[in-house]
Amino acid sequence: MLFLIIKRILLGLITLFIVSLITFVGTEILPGDACTTYLERQAFGEQLEACYRRLGLNVPAYERYVSWAVNAIQGDFGYSLSGEMPIKEVLGPRIKNSLVLASAAIFIGIPIALILGIVTALWRDKLPDVAISTVTIFAMTIPEFISATLLILIIAIWLEWLPGIVIVPTDVSFLELLPNIILPVIAIAMIMTAHMARMVRSSVIQVMASEYVQMAILKGVPYWKMVFKHVLPNALLPAINVVALTIAWLLGGVVVTEVVFNYPGLGRLVIESISNRDLPTVQALAIILASIYVSINLLADLMTLMLNPRLKTLQIRK
Amino acid sequence: MIEIIQKVKNLSIGFKSKKGEEILILRNITTNIKKGETVGIVGESGSGKSTLALAMMGYVKHGLYTIGGECEFNSSNLLKMKNRDLEKIRGRKIAMIPQNAGQALTPNLKIGYQIDEALQLHSDLKEEEREQKISELLNKVRLPSPETIALRYPHELSGGQQQRVAVAMALAGTPDLLLLDEPTTGLDVTTQAHVLELLNFIAKDTGTSMVYVSHDLGAIAQVSDRIIVMYSGEIVLEGPSRDILKKPIHPYTYGLLKSIPKLSLAGLPQSMPGSQPQPGTMHRGCSFFDRCNFSEEKCKNNSPQLEYLEELKTSIRCFNYKSLMNDSQVNQTVNKIKTSLQDKEILNLSEVSISYAKQKLLDQVLNRISDDNPTVKDININIKKGETIALVGESGSGKSTILKSIAGLLRTKGGIIKFDQDRNLSSDLKERDPNDLRIIQLIFQNPDESLNPNHTVEEIIAQPLKLYFGLKGEELKKNIIDLLQKVRLGEFYMSRYPRQLSGGEKQRVAVARAFAAKPDIILCDEVTSALDVSVQAAVLNLLQQLKEDFGTTYIFVSHDLAVVRAISDRVAVLYQGRLCEVGPSKDVYQFPSHPYTEVLLGAVLEPDPDIKPKLVAEDIVEEKPPQKGCSFQGRCSRILGDICKNEIPPWQITNSGNSIRCHIPLKELQKDQIN
Repeated sequence: MLFLIIKRILLGLITLFIVSLITFVGTEILPGDACTTYLERQAFGEQLEACYRRLGLNVPAYERYVSWAVNAIQGDFGYSLSGEMPIKEVLGPRIKNSLVLASAAIFIGIPIALILGIVTALWRDKLPDVAISTVTIFAMTIPEFISATLLILIIAIWLEWLPGIVIVPTDVSFLELLPNIILPVIAIAMIMTAHMARMVRSSVIQVMASEYVQMAILKGVPYWKMVFKHVLPNALLPAINVVALTIAWLLGGVVVTEVVFNYPGLGRLVIESISNRDLPTVQALAIILASIYVSINLLADLMTLMLNPRLKTLQIRK
Repeated sequence: MIEIIQKVKNLSIGFKSKKGEEILILRNITTNIKKGETVGIVGESGSGKSTLALAMMGYVKHGLYTIGGECEFNSSNLLKMKNRDLEKIRGRKIAMIPQNAGQALTPNLKIGYQIDEALQLHSDLKEEEREQKISELLNKVRLPSPETIALRYPHELSGGQQQRVAVAMALAGTPDLLLLDEPTTGLDVTTQAHVLELLNFIAKDTGTSMVYVSHDLGAIAQVSDRIIVMYSGEIVLEGPSRDILKKPIHPYTYGLLKSIPKLSLAGLPQSMPGSQPQPGTMHRGCSFFDRCNFSEEKCKNNSPQLEYLEELKTSIRCFNYKSLMNDSQVNQTVNKIKTSLQDKEILNLSEVSISYAKQKLLDQVLNRISDDNPTVKDININIKKGETIALVGESGSGKSTILKSIAGLLRTKGGIIKFDQDRNLSSDLKERDPNDLRIIQLIFQNPDESLNPNHTVEEIIAQPLKLYFGLKGEELKKNIIDLLQKVRLGEFYMSRYPRQLSGGEKQRVAVARAFAAKPDIILCDEVTSALDVSVQAAVLNLLQQLKEDFGTTYIFVSHDLAVVRAISDRVAVLYQGRLCEVGPSKDVYQFPSHPYTEVLLGAVLEPDPDIKPKLVAEDIVEEKPPQKGCSFQGRCSRILGDICKNEIPPWQITNSGNSIRCHIPLKELQKDQIN
């Protein structure tokens, strides 16, 4: 078991290393660089040289990679080019904001998704299922920029209940941020909940059709006891990985929603730094997003391993 | 007056087809189950036998519904009962032992909990008493060390142990009626015999009534007092089991019994033509009309009613039973097999060993396999042209593994596979040239999985023809039609998809595909295991016919010793990947035998209530072959001592040319076996 965890962590680190290499090489071979973008028409001669020297772009690529990597491991991603401030400081509040948005969506969305999925599966083809399934399919198919815009139109503009877009400085306190996140959370939770509810539904239906559930019925186990003891533990196991991917997706910044609501999270930072050719920030973001994905997937796998007696013994035997 | 426990009255169950037609799975079933008796319900797949058993618990599967009739238990109709009331009957009054205990035990709950759940629901015992009771139950079904078994998860037990747990769970509620749905079907022969013996013991010990559902007349013969024979949703014959098995007066039962291969008879059983009609395709008249050898004009348009014959205590659904009554001793006539054995050697395995062990990094880099105790070891077999050699053994004996290596699907650890005396075949597919691939073809156990569902029969058979012979256009088509005719399928099958074929037809297509390559050797991996008995006989006969026509060599893998007896010239018995006995099939089936062969032969179930299985050894499951000594030492009832544990036994040759690998001298082996 311990061996397995260490092995998985090592594999995760290798993945991160490869990601960092790819982003570095990618930014290298793109035409132009931070200085040419920054200086625009003045990008020649002495001024360009000076810029290169200032940003440390005048040494060979591999040297830059090594020094960047060494610093990155210590949490120092260098300087953002556009604002000329440490990337650490740019990222900090953004990560916090994204975390707030994501956790709100997770805490609201996941329980609702589980309940909807289970209800639709247990009342399969009956009224609750038909009604909820129709809604979830709609929620799944409508792109988030449309649902987000509609939300703004109805709740912010017509009803004037909540602010339509977020106009606060990036580093506001949590309480000030709170009213601003309600609409984005709804927009995100809708699509996420719908996806997950469908997944949970099909998984529960599959388990309900299994021989062991039929056996439990024939054993005389009362319906709800059967659902909680025999069905759900087995049906929700595969949901863990989907939940993990969703969480990773949320933490990685829900780009579209953040842009529509002007939300100062990681997603908008991605867009901003790409359009500004702020390559060090893009690099830092790539690494951070990759680490989020890797670690959350690792956690999910370990959780499945813990909860599934089948896998547990298999691993120990090996 | 004998008390009746369950009354089934005019029961019909069915479903609505897409066109809105009502399609019947069960048609007007009426029968009674008496207290303390064991009733066997026998029929081929699709006959409705499982649906009937489930209905006896008031359970109708999703998609099906009750069209009419009732299942009466304690004078109330289970099929109209509310779920809440059913919960008090299920598990407490009527309990089910499922077909596949491995699938029927909930994977995330420990064995102890699952039995405890039944006790909590159906008894008033306190916690400590329940704990006591769980141990008692596990003891009763003869599971070793009940305390540790209770703490295990279902997947940590072997198939036989899982089945025993299912029996213990069913007994927890001390039911009046036990329903058993193919309870031994997925098990190894020896395990099956042990579980049946346990069920017989429980029936006697507790006085519980049992309904035993199975396709296997051999198993039914061992347990039941009375037999119900079902055919396409109807009861066609019902009566005392001895009479039904010894004097079957219904043409279907008669044909069925004739199509079962038996240990005592060499040669192929007679097959019944056709296959059971699918639900919804029945016409007027007797449902068995198409396949019946005794039918008349009137059977075509009139369906016979179930008629009770007082003197035989038998109910029968047939107009013509009288013609069978006079001469219905199942005088088994068999089609003797002609051996087309030639003296030329076609395949030689020498010192073949195969390992499944996960290889260390260093070995992977050096591209070698190192394992001092491989799954399969020391296999030396010399196969003659035109021979049918069978590899037999229980699951885990390595028989399919050897087949895979011959086919080039699994790399061997060592040894040589030689074709036609001079050509070495690599066990690695990539190193074989197209001709090496052509000469050896495979037929798999399950045609549902081995035929591509998106290809028509024409495309399936065309593939080897195009690949090996580059046939095109008219010539290709002519060859396909030719092959289809060879496997007794008409030209119109060309445009069909596998899902439009019955199990037997699918397997025929698989046979045609194998022969399309004009191979020298065909590897048959449990080719009849997934088929119904009446269809199995037809496929065996077909294989034999094709072999005589083409002079092909078969390597036939099977767990069914009776089937092997019917078709093979020579038999090799394997245990834990090591050969125990090799010899001409008539000699292997006679004594003296290797102790393991004796165990296997003893466990075979014959469809005859007078032939009881002999249980010689325990049905323990060994995970790995022993490091040294005889491979069978762990289960052998005649173990001699240290010599068996330390030294690999020598090959002893009998007068008839049978080789037995055992430390016990032949004379002594024979002495005990004759008794």
